[in-house]
Amino acid sequence: MKHAFPFSAIVGQDDMKLAMILTAIDPKLGGVLVFGDRGTGKSTAVRALAALLPPIQAVKACPVNAADPSEVPDWAGLDTHEMVERPTPVVDLPLGVTEDRVTGALDIERALTQGEKAFQPGLLAQANRGYLYIDEVNLLEDHIVDLLLDVAQSGENVVEREGLSIRHPARFVLVGSGNPEEGELRPQLLDRFGLSVEVRSPNNIEDRIEVIKRRDAFETDAAKFMRKWGKEDRKLRDRILAARAKLAEIDTKKPALRDCAELCVALGADGLRGELTLLRAGRALAAFDGDTALARPHLRRVAPLALSHRLRRDPLDEAGSAARVARTVSEVLG
Amino acid sequence: MTAPQWDAAQLALALLSVDPVGLGGMVVRARSGPVRDAFLAELGSIPLPRRRIHPDISDDGLFGGLDLSATLASKKIVFSQGVMHDPAALILTMAERTPADLAAKLAQRLDLDGTHCLIALDEGAEPDERCPPALSERLAFRVDLEAIGRLQATPGDLPDPAIARALYPRIAATAEAIEALTALAARYGVDSLRAPLFALRAARAHAALFGRNSLTSDDIAAAAGLVFAHRATQMPQDAEQEDNAPPPPPEDEGDSPQDQGEDQMEISQEMLIEAVRAMLPDGMLESLVPAGTARGARGSGAGARRKGNRRGRPLPSRPGRLDGRARIDLVATLRAAAPWQPIRRKLSPRGQKLLIHPGDIHLKRFEDRSDRLLIFTVDASGSAALARLAEAKGAVELLLVQAYARRDHVALIAFRGEGADLLLPPTRSLVQTKRRLAALPGGGGTPLAAGLQAAGELAEHARSQGLSPAIAVLTDGRANIALDGSADRAQAAEDATRIGTWLRACGLPGVVLDMGNRPTRQLGDLAAHMGARYLPLPRADAERLSAAVTAALDA
Repeated sequence: MKHAFPFSAIVGQDDMKLAMILTAIDPKLGGVLVFGDRGTGKSTAVRALAALLPPIQAVKACPVNAADPSEVPDWAGLDTHEMVERPTPVVDLPLGVTEDRVTGALDIERALTQGEKAFQPGLLAQANRGYLYIDEVNLLEDHIVDLLLDVAQSGENVVEREGLSIRHPARFVLVGSGNPEEGELRPQLLDRFGLSVEVRSPNNIEDRIEVIKRRDAFETDAAKFMRKWGKEDRKLRDRILAARAKLAEIDTKKPALRDCAELCVALGADGLRGELTLLRAGRALAAFDGDTALARPHLRRVAPLALSHRLRRDPLDEAGSAARVARTVSEVLG
Repeated sequence: MTAPQWDAAQLALALLSVDPVGLGGMVVRARSGPVRDAFLAELGSIPLPRRRIHPDISDDGLFGGLDLSATLASKKIVFSQGVMHDPAALILTMAERTPADLAAKLAQRLDLDGTHCLIALDEGAEPDERCPPALSERLAFRVDLEAIGRLQATPGDLPDPAIARALYPRIAATAEAIEALTALAARYGVDSLRAPLFALRAARAHAALFGRNSLTSDDIAAAAGLVFAHRATQMPQDAEQEDNAPPPPPEDEGDSPQDQGEDQMEISQEMLIEAVRAMLPDGMLESLVPAGTARGARGSGAGARRKGNRRGRPLPSRPGRLDGRARIDLVATLRAAAPWQPIRRKLSPRGQKLLIHPGDIHLKRFEDRSDRLLIFTVDASGSAALARLAEAKGAVELLLVQAYARRDHVALIAFRGEGADLLLPPTRSLVQTKRRLAALPGGGGTPLAAGLQAAGELAEHARSQGLSPAIAVLTDGRANIALDGSADRAQAAEDATRIGTWLRACGLPGVVLDMGNRPTRQLGDLAAHMGARYLPLPRADAERLSAAVTAALDA
């Protein structure tokens, strides 16, 4: 089997790594969008994340990874109560995918051979309780985007076609990556992502050399490299699990809520999703850092991730919206 | 007598043959001809089966999919295998016409499978017709055969790559090589980290090719030349220039420790820089197209043409496969099947009346032209009003008549005082436009940047609705109000330039009409930044103005 490059061996790109860790701690954050230049390790990080995530408990052979036998949809025709451990699903949504493949459709094989009307689940079913990864998300065809928006919103996939009437849960974390030079992302889809990160190639020579060295070591002898970095990955996974357990206990005081609101007002972010995401991300970071309450340093750290894609786009601001957020954060939080 | 470019191309091909998958492949920039044929004839040294693909290949053809006719015939599910199912050296013809979505899909598969090697044949005639960057980024080499004569293209005498392949895995990358190549990439402004990785592999392949067991500075220099030269975005500062330059440029900070440590280092930076410089094509850095302006070779004329198979003006149907997106042209299919009926009936064991084979299937095709939107951005400032606002109004009216005849949409933006106003949202109503235009008052400052920004935003919005926008700017170019509303001439000019650059990056076609009394250089520069045509029109009447705009936008 081809190994994925280990997550902890990625040099630099701290924002991207933090954003992915935060969604692993709190899946309700709503996913990550990674936008950046070519050759900066976007796809590498997402594939590494898959190897890092802790396994989930699911009903055996359930097409939607149900956590409880009562949640298995009728059409699956399962009568088992056996639970198995399976890795967190990370499903790739290829660009050329057809609608049938995404939502699921009539099972042609069974229809042709046995004359039965059966449902063949699609990628959305597979991705339930896991991650849906779209590389080059800005090039995704419009009708697939519409479909994803609807499902990401409701957490349920409804199929009404070819005489089938099926619904099943589809709660997944969207992870998108892309290169802004190749096209813009529709604002509606942009808004669905909880966090966004802009990545650049490191411009520090030492960092760049380290990247090349590690990549070369990985390609020369993957097994040895995995032994070296696997320990780091496990440590990180334990920290994520510990943070998940503590997440509910994080204390959120009124001043922190006020800070969130003031930040969003000062930036003129549309809607209230900004505040909510900022709050959730701040709490996830507090849990990750082992703190007991949400404080300003947490908000300061996650504000660029949670807010930079929610501003009105200013085509002339070459510094990018992350710089605008940073400026406002230092003005509001002092 | 062989040309240096030909030698470089031969070397690149030999290195690619040593590690075809690891190096990804190469872009071959050449028009079809004997030189390219001579080069392609040598592709046999790559130890992979060759497969030819083209930019219009369907997803089924590339990645495989359900074979509908075979499935129906055999009553069980049959999948067809795509070209990318097996390891292969893919030869992508007419790579400059590859649409962005195909490029992205190919790039994904190259990354994931790790069993393919791609030779992209780029036949672009213009500098900005080129292989999509998503692909060329993932291919180590780029060779340019344009300037080579047939007699210069003779097979070289490089060692056999097949022998080198055995040696290749044993050559280890040294820390010095990694450091030297990474630092060099940074000095040439090569941002992507794939480039130093490719260079490292190329250096190892080069060492293997010449039968060495370890990397030498020759290998590194050769690899750097082949991999970095076409990716360079800046020339490294020469040592003496660095001494003379008063403030050291910030991007060189990372380099300075390297420069000091060079004496101990085995591989001299200067030597490597020379190696890359030798490979730089003439005028390459000057002709670098700013990022994001590649328009591709698909053309962006009046009303972008979109070939679909759902709606629009019908085109002749073509044979094809039903992939769930196309509609079958029943008459054409029957017509294609008709001549074969007697033979097929003889061959068929079952006595069917009508025998249609998958090859007979014809698909309907339609061509859909999106409507064009002409955005008039008119300077209504005091200075322009004095000059020739009335003439501009007349010209716009004449253009409107033409637009009406061609069913174009028009929109009108006026800028004066401190900002720009959308006087008329996109419409086809001629009467309304005329009325608004006649009532257009003149006077106040010239917020050119605000006008351009309003036009750009409107154009982007219209494009998202499926229109093909174009911008016509009528101004005397004396911008004196900055974007923030302050009266600062220098700032105003700078803002206008920045917006112009943005419009160009958005790929919006346009024309700038200078309606001042004499042409201003400033406005010509602005048009260049916008990538628009500049038309100075001193002493032009409305008729000539209108003719000029039509000519510029249709060009």
